[in-house]
Amino acid sequence: MIRVQPEDFDVGAEIEALTRGKTGIGGVASFVGLMRDVAGDKSISAMTLEHYPGMTERELERIEAEAQRRWPLIASLVIHRYGRMLPGDRIVLVATASAHRAAAFESCEFLMDYLKTKAPFWKQEETPEGARWVAADASDDAAASRWTKE
Amino acid sequence: MKLLYFAHLRTKIGTAEEQLDLPPGIGDVAALLEFLKGRGPKFADALGNRKAVRVAVNQTYVGWDHPLKPGDEVAIFPPVTGG
Repeated sequence: MIRVQPEDFDVGAEIEALTRGKTGIGGVASFVGLMRDVAGDKSISAMTLEHYPGMTERELERIEAEAQRRWPLIASLVIHRYGRMLPGDRIVLVATASAHRAAAFESCEFLMDYLKTKAPFWKQEETPEGARWVAADASDDAAASRWTKE
Repeated sequence: MKLLYFAHLRTKIGTAEEQLDLPPGIGDVAALLEFLKGRGPKFADALGNRKAVRVAVNQTYVGWDHPLKPGDEVAIFPPVTGG
C-alpha cells in the first residue's frame, strides 16, 4: 500500500493495521526517515518537500510491485509526506512483512534505496543563509545500483 | 502539450507549468530540451547540464530519444532527493 500525504503518521498504528489478521507473518521490518537539523556544516531550521502529484504515486506503486515480485512479502506499506517539516519530524515510513526476516529486511532496504533515487520528491532546506535545494547524492545512486547486480 | 517544471528547475525558469504547441521538427525529448534552452538565459541555465535533468512523459521516466506527440504531459526536473 502507498500513501502520499502532508500529515504525520503513527508508526505503531500503521504497523498494527498492516499486520492485523495476517497470521502468516513472522516478521516486520520498518524504516522511518526523520528530518535532521543539520546538513554538512549547515544548521537546518525547516524543510519543504515538493513532489509531482500523480507520478509520485505511480512510481511508488511501481517500486512496491517490484519488491513484491522479488521477495515473498505478505504485506508492505510506504508512506511519504510532503510539505513543510521541522527537525525531528517523520518524513517517510517503509514497512515490509514476510514469513521470515531476510525477505522483510532486504525488501525494506530495497524500497528505501529505490524510493530515494526514483520517487519524484525534492527537498528544499531553510538555512541561516536562506532556502536552498538539496542536491542529489551520488551515494544514493550507488545504494540503488547494488540491487541490479547479478 | 503540457510542460511541468519542478524544484530548482522551476525556481530558475520561474514557472511551474505551461502549455506549448509542439513546434514543427521537434520529435523527441532531446530536441524539445534544445528548443527550450534556446528560449533565453533562464532556460539555458536551468537545462544546460543534461546530467542534472530528468524527464518524464505522461508520468513515466523516459530517455532523450523518447518520441513526443501533441497532448503529452512532459515533466522536467532535477534528480530526486526524497526519502
